[in-house]
Amino acid sequence: MLKIENLSVKLEEEDKQILNGLTLEVPAGKVHAIMGPNGSGKSTLSYVLAGRDGYEVTDGTATLNDEDILDIDPEERAASGLFLAFQYPVEIPGVGNMTFLRTALNAQRKARGEDEISAPEFLKLVRAKAKGLNIDMDMLKRPVNVGFSGGEKKRNEILQMAVLEPSMCILDETDSGLDVDAMKLVADGVNALRSDDRGFLVITHYQRLLDHIKPDVVHILANGRIVQTGGPELALQVENDGYGDILKDVA
Amino acid sequence: MSALADQKRLAAEALLSALPVPMEEAAWAHEVRAKARARLLDQGAPVRRDEYWKYTNPAKLSSPLALAEPSDEQPAAAEAFGGQPHARFVNGRLRQDLSAMPHVEGLAVSSFAEVVKQDISIAREVFGVLEHAGQEKVMRPLAILNTATATDGLVIQAHGAAGQVHMRSDLIGDGASVLRHLIRVEAGAELTLLESGSASNTVIEVDVAEGGIFHHIRVQSGARTPSASHIFARLHTESQFKTFTLSADGEITRNEVVLDLVGEEASGHIAGAVLAQDQSHVDNTVFVTHSAAHCESRQVFKSVLAGRAKSVFQGKIFVRDGAQKTDGYQISQSVLLNDGAEFLAKPELEIYADDVACSHGSTTGALDPTAMFYLRSRGVRKADAEAMLIAAFADEAIAEIADEDLADTMRAEVARWMSNRS
Repeated sequence: MLKIENLSVKLEEEDKQILNGLTLEVPAGKVHAIMGPNGSGKSTLSYVLAGRDGYEVTDGTATLNDEDILDIDPEERAASGLFLAFQYPVEIPGVGNMTFLRTALNAQRKARGEDEISAPEFLKLVRAKAKGLNIDMDMLKRPVNVGFSGGEKKRNEILQMAVLEPSMCILDETDSGLDVDAMKLVADGVNALRSDDRGFLVITHYQRLLDHIKPDVVHILANGRIVQTGGPELALQVENDGYGDILKDVA
Repeated sequence: MSALADQKRLAAEALLSALPVPMEEAAWAHEVRAKARARLLDQGAPVRRDEYWKYTNPAKLSSPLALAEPSDEQPAAAEAFGGQPHARFVNGRLRQDLSAMPHVEGLAVSSFAEVVKQDISIAREVFGVLEHAGQEKVMRPLAILNTATATDGLVIQAHGAAGQVHMRSDLIGDGASVLRHLIRVEAGAELTLLESGSASNTVIEVDVAEGGIFHHIRVQSGARTPSASHIFARLHTESQFKTFTLSADGEITRNEVVLDLVGEEASGHIAGAVLAQDQSHVDNTVFVTHSAAHCESRQVFKSVLAGRAKSVFQGKIFVRDGAQKTDGYQISQSVLLNDGAEFLAKPELEIYADDVACSHGSTTGALDPTAMFYLRSRGVRKADAEAMLIAAFADEAIAEIADEDLADTMRAEVARWMSNRS
């Protein structure tokens, strides 16, 4: 499904290499986790895949269902089924949540040659999805993420994911800023979306999120490339021993 | 006399000689006109070297232009604010055949051209009086020119609840159109004035009596001729004044709003949204005087600029000695959609009272790239994401409009501008 080969990326503004030949494949139906110390390139990977400005791909490829995604606009990547749950969801004053989400959904449907969803149908869809995430509809009447608590913002990300139904979900530090209860709620939302035709790439600094979203495969990212790959036990090893030993082994 | 003063006087003479002296008016009106001519000659026409015209070249706004010929042609259909105008002006004259004044209790509407032929006290108390008072700190020669030469307009007296008047001005062919509107909102009364179309020179004088409420909403859309406007308002005790102007493109537009809060607990709000592209130039110049204590004023201006468009904001809060507990606020912000666009802001405070709260702020920049990326990452197309952010930005000025339905008509105008944007 998501196939990243030898991806090398530097910052456009400064001559600083962030990713150095990263290779990774997430098949449909699987949850892959990427763990790594601060500065290892975790967020850069998620931004580059989603199409944020400011990065230059110097080498390598990334494809989603065999389609090259690095050369297309962020909105086209979204229409192709890619979704990034932001570490810091953006507040957009003056733009209503519902308007935003409906515009996004219809734009994606249109790009895929599907019919637009009607207002009542959309409302029904959002109501159903919001209920499971414990999001009340009043919250969604407010502008995008404005005045939301940290937990509300993350739940709103998962709600968008549930409504847009992407085939490949990237979660960037979705656990950051969440207490245990909020994390459980978010994880339940993610788990509800797990299916045979959907892949997940869960980027996290800590193991604790992986207690709730059980990964099939765990990768360790350091210095811009995958230095170790293993099963869920690898995350536990990081939790117990830190990154030090692993990084020493590969050095 | 200095060379500059000579130049200004000659330019004023040229301006006056291009326009006819109004005839067959009542003696009092004749006197107002004559005094205005003298004042304009004394003050001179605006020139680029005037500090008040530093950012907007007055040349096009003050070039001598003969009055547009009266026309009985049918102007283009003009829907604005979700309805037809009550009063339609074509080439500076009220077209009775196209107008249907609202017949609402507590609302008297008549033609300026008729009123200046009679002895009507409201007109005598307002015409030229507020304009003259508004010259105290800064010269506003184009407003004096209007006093001297205006051909028509509306005279509105509101003495009841919630009247609404929609007026529109069109130009067929070429020439100047000079409109003068006189408004008195009596104690406890309320009036909403809607204004669309454009004239080369418009002055509105508004006197809001104790506890009166005046709302003004104006759309200036794509005027192909230079347009200067002034609003002079005097706010008495506990009165409220709210004006909002949407300026979409237009060759060159200068809007001055001059408020004097003369009674305690009065409130004056001035807001505007500027949407400009190509070579369009829009100038909003505001002067708020706090003459009484416990008053509140607020200025909110938002500009969205593309192409080589320029938006100017000059906003001043002047607090007189004794106007304690004044609450004055001012914000002007712009979004530049490309490199060639320009926003110039000159906020000013002049305060002679020692117990006041006055603040001002100004920002300019591109659309927030993080917000753009967030929207696009969800599948929203780039142009739609831009439109959403621009609408949200302009909405902070539109939100100043009290009436939600009227605010929605302004939102529709913004959406229309966005979709027509080249």
